Amino acid sequence: MILMKDIYKTYDNGVTALNGINVEIDQGEFVYVVGPSGAGKSTFIKLMYREVKPSKGKLIINNKDLTDLKEKEVPLLRRQIGVIFQDFKLLSRLTVYENIAFALEVINESPRNIRKRVMDVLELVGLKNKARFIPSELSGGEQQRVSIARAIVNHPKLVIADEPTGNLDPDTSWEIMKVFEEINARGTTIVMATHSKEIVNTIKRRVIAIEDGRIVRDQHRGDYGYEI
Amino acid sequence: MKFRTLKRHLREGIKNIFRNGWMTVASVGAVTMTLVLVGSFLALMLNLNHMAEKIEDDVVVKALIDTTADDSQIKVLGDEIEQIAEVDSVVFSSKDEELDNLIEGLGDSWRLFEQENPLNHAYIIKATDPQNTSSIAQKVASLSNVDEVTYGEEVVQNLFKFNNYARNIGIVLILGLVLTAIFLISNTIKLTIMARSKEIGIMKLVGATNGFIRWPFFIEGMLLGILGSIIPIVGILVGYKFFENNIQQINTIGFVELLPYNPFAWQLSAILLATGALIGIWGTVMSVRKFLKV
Repeated sequence: MILMKDIYKTYDNGVTALNGINVEIDQGEFVYVVGPSGAGKSTFIKLMYREVKPSKGKLIINNKDLTDLKEKEVPLLRRQIGVIFQDFKLLSRLTVYENIAFALEVINESPRNIRKRVMDVLELVGLKNKARFIPSELSGGEQQRVSIARAIVNHPKLVIADEPTGNLDPDTSWEIMKVFEEINARGTTIVMATHSKEIVNTIKRRVIAIEDGRIVRDQHRGDYGYEI
Repeated sequence: MKFRTLKRHLREGIKNIFRNGWMTVASVGAVTMTLVLVGSFLALMLNLNHMAEKIEDDVVVKALIDTTADDSQIKVLGDEIEQIAEVDSVVFSSKDEELDNLIEGLGDSWRLFEQENPLNHAYIIKATDPQNTSSIAQKVASLSNVDEVTYGEEVVQNLFKFNNYARNIGIVLILGLVLTAIFLISNTIKLTIMARSKEIGIMKLVGATNGFIRWPFFIEGMLLGILGSIIPIVGILVGYKFFENNIQQINTIGFVELLPYNPFAWQLSAILLATGALIGIWGTVMSVRKFLKV
């Protein structure tokens, strides 16, 4: 599913973010990525949806080698991956419905299928009655559920989340995690960067800890392992 | 691209027009102002040009023939004039015809001269290019049996000079106006897009191709241009009609002649519509390009 071999990343400004990453993630796994700020977590996550290109090394996502992916193929890669961000990244002028439908319009889905699939996924995240709202009319947790809905409406095999609960209060965070567990239970691989000790220690899954651009720990059913 | 997708882009483009509120008003306003200026200027220029051409066409050289010349000499003179390279046509006009023209133009009191016509026979000469009028006049004057050559030298010379100036200044002004307009509009549209650069980034993250993102902007730009051309077109259609109706009343000297309403006003409208749409498209396409490199 995901294979990283000797990945190095040095940014144009000389900062080395990743310093030889080797990791393999199988289909259906649920992986936390933890580590202090500035350790390379975000770069690690961004590699997977080609926001960032590795300087060196071999990178395979969804059985596709990204090493020599052409610029034109980037949109195609992103359609097969659901990405969720800390700041939701919703289109502020579109309604909840339109935001989710956008991911399907991009792949030329027919209006009838779009309607059906958007309503299905809204039901899954429990926002069916808010379809006509615009993001600013929703709470943070609701907005994050919209962005999750958008990420999974394509039925991607891989969902990547960059601190999805970072802006949310604990109660809301648990609701969001429930949604993630449900998605994972359907066989979707989830890679999630997080700073939440409680979540990692409560919902026990594989934990990858990154420090100074290296993987320092890779544990199944691991702990958060850092004091806050 | 599937028809369905095109429909989607059309819908999005139209929605954006409304979503952008005041920015739309500003862009449309910029197009409108420009096209009003370009339109009035074009109408003025083309009409001046038309009038000038008309006057140029009317310019003829009249060679008055010596009263002593006999028929065969007149014939020889006619042939000689025709030999001149720049001459387009030569028409013989007898002194009786000349007098008739005079009476027609100046009034019946001139009938007095019908008893004893003091005029000369004449050749009416037209140049292939009106600009050559004076050189033809000189050449004809040097032929034998020519009494006098008239063509209103000063008037013609000044007219040609004025015409050339007016044409050149007109072209420069119109080009300047259009360039200013494109600059204005692409800047206005750039502002609306800058506000949306974040959105474009999000769309790319969700897997939209550049083309998919660009299309609604493209349509929006075109619609902005077309909306902006409505007022100028109505203005031209109504204003030109008004002008045409009223010009006849003050037009006593007879040389002011406008281009006919149909097709001129319609052609001008089509030009404005196309210019508006092109400016809009150009403005958006240029501005979006920058933001697609996410």
